[in-house]
Amino acid sequence: MHIVVAMRQLADLVEELEVNGDGTDIDRDFVKFVSNEWDEAALEEALTIKDESAASVTVVALDEPDVDQTLYAALAKGADRAVKLTGHDPSAWVRTRERAQRIASFLAHEEFDLVLTGVQAADDLDGQLAGILGSTLDIPHAAVVVGVELTGSSLRVAQELGGGLVGVSELELPAVLGVQAARQAPRYASITRIRQAMQTQKIEEQEVSLEVTTPQVTVRRLYPPEKQGGATMLTGSAKDVATEIVNILRSKGLV
Amino acid sequence: MAIAVLVVGERVAGESPDVTFELLGRGRELADALSGELAVVVVNDLDEGAQFGIADVLYVVDGMDSASYSAPQWEAAIGAVIQRVSPQVVLVSTGTVGIDLAGALATKFNAPLASYVIDVTAQGDKLVVTSQLYGGKLLSEGEIDAFPAFVSVLPGSLPVEKGRAQGSPRVEHIDAGDQLRLSKGRGTELREPDTSGVDITSAALLVSVGRGIGSKENLELVAELAEAMKAPLSASRPVIDQGWLPKPHQVGKSGKKVKPTVYLAFGISGAPEHLEGMRSAETIIACNTDPSAPIFEVAHYGTTLDLFDLVPELTDIVGG
Ligand SMILES: Cc1cc2nc3c(=O)[nH]c(=O)nc-3n(C[C@H](O)[C@H](O)[C@H](O)COP(=O)(O)OP(=O)(O)OC[C@H]3O[C@@H](n4cnc5c(N)ncnc54)[C@H](O)[C@@H]3O)c2cc1C
Ligand SMILES: Cc1cc2nc3c(=O)[nH]c(=O)nc-3n(C[C@H](O)[C@H](O)[C@H](O)COP(=O)(O)OP(=O)(O)OC[C@H]3O[C@@H](n4cnc5c(N)ncnc54)[C@H](O)[C@@H]3O)c2cc1C
Repeated sequence: MHIVVAMRQLADLVEELEVNGDGTDIDRDFVKFVSNEWDEAALEEALTIKDESAASVTVVALDEPDVDQTLYAALAKGADRAVKLTGHDPSAWVRTRERAQRIASFLAHEEFDLVLTGVQAADDLDGQLAGILGSTLDIPHAAVVVGVELTGSSLRVAQELGGGLVGVSELELPAVLGVQAARQAPRYASITRIRQAMQTQKIEEQEVSLEVTTPQVTVRRLYPPEKQGGATMLTGSAKDVATEIVNILRSKGLV
Repeated sequence: MAIAVLVVGERVAGESPDVTFELLGRGRELADALSGELAVVVVNDLDEGAQFGIADVLYVVDGMDSASYSAPQWEAAIGAVIQRVSPQVVLVSTGTVGIDLAGALATKFNAPLASYVIDVTAQGDKLVVTSQLYGGKLLSEGEIDAFPAFVSVLPGSLPVEKGRAQGSPRVEHIDAGDQLRLSKGRGTELREPDTSGVDITSAALLVSVGRGIGSKENLELVAELAEAMKAPLSASRPVIDQGWLPKPHQVGKSGKKVKPTVYLAFGISGAPEHLEGMRSAETIIACNTDPSAPIFEVAHYGTTLDLFDLVPELTDIVGG
């Protein structure tokens, strides 16, 4: 069983996001990039399957800011191999349709049984990766996956349908899954283990040369949502604010 | 007349979700602007209570197993309808069905797709779409000038009532048997939601906590406040996924929809999937150290104090 986990970098949403000069992308020079949180769930699911069976796990990502950090962390957590795809501008917005084509062209030379990736990324303007990749490779796919069961050559997945309803289905392998949550919270790799991985393991680089033309939305402008007046901000010391909040609750008879 | 807009009905069982009527309401306007018909497709049994009168045509796909959900089968069924009727615009929601299938279908038909859409209009021979990116921190205004075009709309973005109308459109049955037989997957089971444990949907006050709490140990702090306030503890999805609280505590798209008198949010950013579950609370009070957190857009009162400073003070006052 060979599992490929497709991971990616994404602007850290905890930080302030500035828009670039021509107003059509975030200002990538001033953004901190981190690993997409759902891809971490996908990696965790793959490593759990590896722990239970004799699967091997390959992690693949496009070259993007600080991607080495993510790939070495994946190796430190137990992935067997890490591949970085080049051949595009690593400092630009790679739209999801193009991302899928690049990963598909890597997979074309791989033997794999299962591809796991995160259910979504916060800049997926052109749709989410799992379905696009599945369709590009012409293999079955499912997203919003909260359960993966592999027995021999059969795959059972649980998908969250909203409101707590879960749909269980069977897919033929190979397949692509968009993972919403792994069986357990993503494992942690200590800095020491990551350093160790950097010293003892290598990230493999593969160039993907591709003329990509996908029909897509043309972004006219990217902008922060207009403040709708929004919240009345409570200021002062913690004690002051707490008192104000309790007053609001008391006025409604709640405490 | 040609089909201008095809709305994908997302019901698996029970009643059609609100978002289907949101799509129908806007779909009508788009179809009129594009001088074509509005169609809706339902992939399994017809929802008898559904009020699809606003549509001109209802396509019912025959041969599906209605007791379960399978992505390849739904994709085959919807794909067969698109193939057959060649709509200019396909409307889905960025719910499970949209996340599952929109990208795959758009790729198959080599068509553009806009996701996380909160507004879509026809302007001349283009579609103008506004999408919510980066967890709601930025909006993108974009245009699409190639058809067919797929548009995946975030639930709760468009008015619902416009799309509900008595009457019945003409019904056409589509047999997707050939495509379904070739599909490489099948549904086996539907599992009902877990209804054990706390009921966060009927409380007048909710103390809700997000990833800002940092660890399971820290959760104790907020649990004490909830106890002092005699209110249930609810949470955002990451808190549940980390195993810090059980699933019945989750608010949002894939959790519960809540409507308390007051919703107290600590360390919750206000991602669209979370807002979907709590935005209709009467009063929302949010504590978040990031002044640009989207939660402040829907909150009535806010503070950028650190929750670790604020929560103990609140517990102190309420606990007496
Ligand atoms: C693919 C899917 C299937 C579901 N199937 C069922 C079901 O068979 N029975 C049930 O009781 N609940 C189902 N749910 C969940 C549940 O219906 C909703 O969460 C609940 O009804 C709240 O709806 P709403 O009107 O507040 O949200 P809405 O804003 O109307 O819906 C949110 C999202 O949930 C999905 N959805 C909601 N209801 C349904 C539905 N009935 N069928 C298909 N999709 C739906 C849609 O993708 C929508 O984008 C499903 C959810 C999904 C995503
Ligand atoms: C299909 C699908 C369904 C989903 N369903 C749901 C759902 O049902 N419910 C849900 O909640 N999410 C859901 N999500 C996930 C959603 O996209 C977000 O990831 C999630 O809501 C973020 O949770 P959060 O706000 O707790 O965490 P974050 O976004 O990480 O926010 C944490 C916040 O805490 C603040 N903070 C940090 N430290 C402090 C401090 N000391 N004091 C005060 N503030 C602090 C930070 O500024 C930050 O804004 C779903 C996603 C998908 C793809």
